[in-house]
Amino acid sequence: MSARPLAAWLQAAPLAAVFAVFFVVPLALVVMVSFWQATDYELIPAFTLQAYADLASDVTLRTYLSTLKFCLIVWALTLAIGFTVAYFVAFHVRSLLWQTVLFVLCTVPFWTSNVIRMISWIPLLGRNGLVNDTLLAMGVVEQPVEWLLFSDFSVVLAFVHLYTMFMIVPIFNSMMRIDRRLLEAARDGGATPWQAVRHVVMPLCKTGIVIGSIFVIALVMGDFVTVGVMGGQQIASVGKIIQTQANVLQFPAAAANAVVLLAVVLVMIAALMRLVDLRREL
Amino acid sequence: MPMTTLNRRQILRAAGAATAGIAGFPAVHAQEKVTLRYLGTAVNQDKKIAEKFEADTGIKIQYVAVTTDDVTKRAVTAPSSFDLIDTEYFSLKKIIPTGNLLGIDTKRIKNADKITTLFTKGEVAGKKVGDQGTAPKKVMYLPKVDAKTFSAEPTGFMTLIPTVYNADTLGIRPDLIKRPIESWKELLNPEFKGKAAILNIPSIGIMDAAMVVEATGQYKYPDKGNMTRKEIDLTIKTLIEAKKAGQFRSLWKDFNESVNLMASGEVVIQSMWSPAVTAVRTKGIACTYQPLKEGYRAWAAGFGIPKGLSGKKADAAYEFINWFLDGWAGAYLNRQGYYSAVLETAKAKMEAYEWAYWMEGKAAEKDIKSPNGDLLAKAGEKRDGGSYEQRMGGIACWNAVMDENAYMVQKWNEFVAA
Repeated sequence: MSARPLAAWLQAAPLAAVFAVFFVVPLALVVMVSFWQATDYELIPAFTLQAYADLASDVTLRTYLSTLKFCLIVWALTLAIGFTVAYFVAFHVRSLLWQTVLFVLCTVPFWTSNVIRMISWIPLLGRNGLVNDTLLAMGVVEQPVEWLLFSDFSVVLAFVHLYTMFMIVPIFNSMMRIDRRLLEAARDGGATPWQAVRHVVMPLCKTGIVIGSIFVIALVMGDFVTVGVMGGQQIASVGKIIQTQANVLQFPAAAANAVVLLAVVLVMIAALMRLVDLRREL
Repeated sequence: MPMTTLNRRQILRAAGAATAGIAGFPAVHAQEKVTLRYLGTAVNQDKKIAEKFEADTGIKIQYVAVTTDDVTKRAVTAPSSFDLIDTEYFSLKKIIPTGNLLGIDTKRIKNADKITTLFTKGEVAGKKVGDQGTAPKKVMYLPKVDAKTFSAEPTGFMTLIPTVYNADTLGIRPDLIKRPIESWKELLNPEFKGKAAILNIPSIGIMDAAMVVEATGQYKYPDKGNMTRKEIDLTIKTLIEAKKAGQFRSLWKDFNESVNLMASGEVVIQSMWSPAVTAVRTKGIACTYQPLKEGYRAWAAGFGIPKGLSGKKADAAYEFINWFLDGWAGAYLNRQGYYSAVLETAKAKMEAYEWAYWMEGKAAEKDIKSPNGDLLAKAGEKRDGGSYEQRMGGIACWNAVMDENAYMVQKWNEFVAA
């Protein structure tokens, strides 16, 4: 009897060790440093709440609100698009071959690097970009439309472009596991197609939706590259503040920011996890 | 190996090694290739410089390219991860107090006394230039080899041996602006609403903003490079007002971003670096590095030696620095639009017409090409800003780290979030 738990421990040990070294220890260090003091050139290991006190400001609040706003908009859009695409591929495309082809098609944007994908928007949306040139040529507008680039709009656009895939995959996976006879039964029972989606498909995809949401929320909350490039560096993000502070060697301030960000994301994920028992569903 | 313990067999073996060249004997060791780990930013780490140095001396250069901020971070946190550092002078205020850099012994630098007076005295052609901010002369010398504070007087130990330096100003698109630009205040002129950009590196961006504030006549700073909290508040307030009015199309952090913004016409006036202007021009797009009446914001970088470097590696580092000042590298840098530390050795390695264009501000006799062969200026054109004396003599302030740096960064984040 005692051999089995030991074997199980041993099997779990390598992963646990990796986690401990590359995740738990660095995280503990970050938390520790967040309570330290720093000058321009050295860290002083003396306990202080100064870094957290500095955080309690108008800027922090506005930055978090801005990040949360993006998070909400992007989440809603990726969910709507992701669900629709997944539904189409899972239920409307009948042949397995075409399902595979379309699914691979969804991943095409991921064949190039994140940065290149973002930079490609500039010749498209810029003042002298393709969209503006077309609008001007068609006589729709007289002046180039400025809000297409370096704006909230372009940030949301890039996020949706980048992260919809993270919604599609888990939702598609959940949909493929739905017993098709349930849909037939719904139709036999007199449900309209919309009612079938609302009362049969959506509840059964809850796991996929929650997993996708966790991906999207965690990615958007921590992102600063997309917001930086697409927002013309003029839109604040928590990640950008951390980067700026780390760059000028203000590690305690950066660490305190990171701890708060982590706490916020964890609370959001915990709330999502209450909606569905992932362990049971997977 | 003490002499007393030598026996006949060992002597024979040693003799054999010396003649047959068996590894392990000192004479053989000396021929082994030394590799220097050169920490710096990618802009200064030219492949051709490393190749030429290896061809001349047999010493290999291994470039470690990181961002300006990360160079400082490494120097402060991991001084044993490099053998030679190429960093900006303003970073020294953070690095020297850690004791991680050693003073460079000027007796071992052949051309030390020929380093331009801009660094040693803060003078160009006998005239004092602006020294607001971290002017190199303030942080050039150490009282002793392992000092953690600077010496106000020249000593035999230099913190950094200058590699490149330049004077920055605004870049403009003359074809889109269509009128002369003469003052820093134009950066925040509502005429360019939505078409201006400033760089998002707090310590440099705030200096550009301060140049604008002074140009508009709002306030005269005693030292733009070391503001009080009140002065920081005022400067950031000006930036926030401009941002809220929609003045900035974008902020930029990366060299390439500034090139794209300018080349695409998204921006017509912005803080810019000299090689970025060159990059826009090589695309065939008009771009001027506009001299302004209030003067330039200068910067300078140099080589430093980390503590703990000794023996052959230290010799190799000194050899590289000496080679760098010897002319070939200086000429190479001058042809890119930077300036080199020892002008006369570089002059000897440049063609007369090149020297006249780059350093004397004269019209080019022939087409001017970059070291890579790109056309930079056609015959008859003059360099923006004129001669070395005109450009470097027009320095108003230097890139700096302020005493109130932490507060400044906090306020800068407010500007970005506004």
